[in-house]
Amino acid sequence: MRYLPLTPHDRAEMLAMIGAKSIDDLFVDVPQQARHFHPLELPPHLGELGVERKLSALAGKNLSAGSAPFFIGAGAYRHHVPASVDHLIQRSEFLTSYTPYQPEIAQGTLQYLFEFQTQVAMLTGMDVANASMYDGSTAAGEAVLMASRITRRQRAIVSGGVHPHYRAVIETVHALSGGQVHLAPASIDDLDGLIGMIDDQTACVVVQNPNLFGAACDLSALAQAVHGRGALLIVVVTEIVSLGLLTPPGEMGADIVVGEGQSLGNGLNFGGPYLGLFATREKFLRQMPGRLVGETVDADGKRGFVLTLSTREQHIRRDKATSNICTNAGLCALAFSIHLTLLGEAGLTRLAELNHAYALDVADRLAAVSGISVLTPTFFNEFTIDFGQPAASVVERLAGRGILAGVPLSRLWPDEPLLANAAVLAVTETNTAQDTDDLIAALKEVL
Amino acid sequence: MTKYTKDHEWVRLDGPLASFGITDFAQGQLGDVVFVELPEIGRRIAAGDQIAVVESVKAASDVYAPVGGEVVEINSALVDAPDMVNASAEGDGWFAKIKLDNPSALDGLMDKAAYDAFVGSQS
Amino acid sequence: MSNTGRPTRPSALGSVEPATPTFSGNRGLMHDDPLIFEQGMHGRSGVDLPDVPGYDHGRLGRLRRKSAIGLPGLAEPQVVRHYVRLSRLNYAIDMGLYPLGSCTMKHNPRLNEKLARLPGFADLHPLQPQSTVQGALELMDQLAHWLKTLTGMPAVALSPKAGAHGELCGLMTIKAALEARGERRTRILAPESAHGTNPATAAMCGFTIENIRANSDGRVDLDQLKAALGPDVAAVMVTNPNTCGLFERDVIAIADAVHAVGGYFYCDGANFNAIVGRVRPGDLGVDAMHINLHKTFSTPHGGGGPGAGPVVLSRALAPYAPVPYVVHDEQGFHLVETVDQARTGGASPCGRISAFHGQMGMFVRALAYMLSHGGDGLRQVAEDSVLAANYLLVRLSEKLTPSFSGPCMHEALFDDRFLKDTGITTLDFAKAMIDEGYHPMTMYFPLVVHGALLIEPTESESRASLDAFAETLLALANAAQSGEKQRFLDAPQLAPRRRLDETAAARKPKLRWGGEEPVRAAAE
Repeated sequence: MRYLPLTPHDRAEMLAMIGAKSIDDLFVDVPQQARHFHPLELPPHLGELGVERKLSALAGKNLSAGSAPFFIGAGAYRHHVPASVDHLIQRSEFLTSYTPYQPEIAQGTLQYLFEFQTQVAMLTGMDVANASMYDGSTAAGEAVLMASRITRRQRAIVSGGVHPHYRAVIETVHALSGGQVHLAPASIDDLDGLIGMIDDQTACVVVQNPNLFGAACDLSALAQAVHGRGALLIVVVTEIVSLGLLTPPGEMGADIVVGEGQSLGNGLNFGGPYLGLFATREKFLRQMPGRLVGETVDADGKRGFVLTLSTREQHIRRDKATSNICTNAGLCALAFSIHLTLLGEAGLTRLAELNHAYALDVADRLAAVSGISVLTPTFFNEFTIDFGQPAASVVERLAGRGILAGVPLSRLWPDEPLLANAAVLAVTETNTAQDTDDLIAALKEVL
Repeated sequence: MTKYTKDHEWVRLDGPLASFGITDFAQGQLGDVVFVELPEIGRRIAAGDQIAVVESVKAASDVYAPVGGEVVEINSALVDAPDMVNASAEGDGWFAKIKLDNPSALDGLMDKAAYDAFVGSQS
Repeated sequence: MSNTGRPTRPSALGSVEPATPTFSGNRGLMHDDPLIFEQGMHGRSGVDLPDVPGYDHGRLGRLRRKSAIGLPGLAEPQVVRHYVRLSRLNYAIDMGLYPLGSCTMKHNPRLNEKLARLPGFADLHPLQPQSTVQGALELMDQLAHWLKTLTGMPAVALSPKAGAHGELCGLMTIKAALEARGERRTRILAPESAHGTNPATAAMCGFTIENIRANSDGRVDLDQLKAALGPDVAAVMVTNPNTCGLFERDVIAIADAVHAVGGYFYCDGANFNAIVGRVRPGDLGVDAMHINLHKTFSTPHGGGGPGAGPVVLSRALAPYAPVPYVVHDEQGFHLVETVDQARTGGASPCGRISAFHGQMGMFVRALAYMLSHGGDGLRQVAEDSVLAANYLLVRLSEKLTPSFSGPCMHEALFDDRFLKDTGITTLDFAKAMIDEGYHPMTMYFPLVVHGALLIEPTESESRASLDAFAETLLALANAAQSGEKQRFLDAPQLAPRRRLDETAAARKPKLRWGGEEPVRAAAE
């Protein structure tokens, strides 16, 4: 077995040294009726070639995004990741290290996390960011719990523009400890309606920007109304590239910003691993979940970095911790941070502009197709269209022609018949004019 | 006259007010204190209520009110100088002052000798 | 809460003369690198992008950013050098034995990395039409089959994104099952040696946690557990093998006892690597157990994630698994994505715990590891990891003080009695290991022994590697006991940094770069 260095001879000598007759002597504490003396019904070991054949065959059964005209977003986005990102994150010292518990020999991880925290705080326009969460949806759930701790109120209001999967996560997690979640109905723009729902029991209002339907909205008035009632505004950003062009939530009054960081540095990966971003105001620091890296000095006075404010965390606070989170998404944070460092301010701004300009172009070309209307008036790189007939079937027929054309809203909102004809489409810098030509030609055939 | 609790708080009567903090033994167990979460002024508490939190880098401890009453003053100097708890746990490192509901509330608590004996029996 | 601290600022400040300073600040192959924010130049980028075509500027909803973000600009060679230099400041399992008990730092096969990057897995969107991702769903189904067979459990929820997330998922199914029975139970019992995630998770679910003492041989005190059981107990949470590296001998009796009062048995499966292929948790009466794919099945720890924490479930809890999950019929594989959809299939999901289907990238890696080892090899993994730990337990007991007698499972627990009267703490001892080229073991955990040192070598070490490690630790113990105190107090001296002032970091948190203006040279 190629991964096991001990030889039968080693094993025999080591057992003798321990004073055990056989390996079974070391498992004596296992109750007799639970000992398995026969191998389980699973196939025997395989060489690299055999494993590669099996898994490549499975991979070959899928239609990968890069091999088709691709217009899917809705919480995960296909962007070009520079080659150096994947090379660097596969360095042994990053890939095969543990959480940086021994700072003297983990400065690499600690420094990049400090840089990552700074980048996230800058992008979102917030004071502080943590060292990452599992993904955007779990970060959103944690944000709602945090808002309840701060306000000592139990009621969360969630906009109808928030991704339904995020809404479901928030509802599930908040209900566990007795919280109430008020889910506003699906809506491209419900900010005014949300204001009317806020009362003195409201802990927080959760909105997404740009929202699930692609709409980019000014949140300032909402923020004012939320704060006027002593509640907190939580802003979800699922397409982090948008912040290269859009006013950050922090400048519109957000108290907590959570995001999905997958767009930078990380692939689609069929849903995971992704990268949860979490940023807030300094005054709420001690109620934050997750790991934090801080700057300090060593015994020689040299600058160094350490995990800090750990008393918030489960290994010290146990049942009074701000969260049970332990492992986060370190390597995904590294990929994000390297990609953003490569882009820099100029690169990110241009990337965001490309996304927006390309999306405008695709939206305008689709709007010209008979039977199609574009429903989202203002957007970044994602918009909702109406096919005039059930979108799920249109999207399925397009998939049959090798085109991945967006997410039918009936998949995300199965109980909203009004949305049955609509789909949300995303356009990024990876889309070509040919992709749009192919999409429109195929649409003319299937509509 | 300073009295002590089994949760390692001290409390001292100062006219109608009782000031309290954590004992020198407790600060030694915690290590370098980095943060103290103080109660709000005006809060009414009963003896034994959790009233503050004191944290070092690797540990945290709830602090319980040694006596019941109303919080009338807090030692806000600890916000910027939590190390005062290490340097002077039973002096400048006091946490808050409580206006007592019952002036004889300290009677049931340990005196210095009894507390020292209690600590000795714990280790 | 843990209310015992330890020194968190360097006591040896200035007691050692630093090596002759260099002019560059570097030391041989050891390079520091400034923060990216201190290297950036305005307008520079490491990515070439096409020109932006003209477009209508009025369709951003007046939300165009007015302020600069503040990000630095670096060219690709600068970026590559920055991260390569940073990487070299880290210890890694590829570099040496990484004996972190309870964390399972085993070899991460590169085949797994290669396969996870196949476009047929890595370049799939979670919301593609299901007809275009049949191979991905089949992979999830195969992984589920392996996990169910290895654990002897009938069902598995794949979507939890890490071990603690798996704990949450498991306790949620328990809460949902109790609600379905119309019962409101509030208490969860867990041994005091439990991972901190256990009580934290229980609290998130609205349960109160009660500690059960360990008996003198490091295991759950069955009598105390039984005495604490009652009709208001929702579950017991027991780590098995436990955090002392011991198999819970009474595990079946524990399961029977909690079942007898109508509660459930949650097993923390962080240490499943010790028994995989030899013991099936399903045979022990377990109702729910998370499996850290990044421990037992070798997916890389990546400096703190991403992990993956699938939860195997008993027949009693299976209907309450969260959405989404994969089902299979003659037409192929399908995802059940909403609670309503699941209900029509007869299930009663506890809700949804993350946006998509789980850590697919980790599923590919874990399945590659399983296929590589096969059923036979996985059993050998458990045996070699237990053998290696017992070998170290016996060899190190020559100088170190083991906390419990008898064989251990995959990790060996020592306490600090061997350092008594030396003036050296567990922390000092661990820091001296850094100078010897080793990452320290897990320290001060579990809390049930004083100054714990928890050593887990895993199955990845050769005999020569185990011997070299043992000899180094014995030599250090010898030095400690013969009065070489300063070697320990000053350690580490040969690492990229000496001891760091964690006290200062916590008193005045500086959590982001800021204040200084970025370097803006004339190169714009």
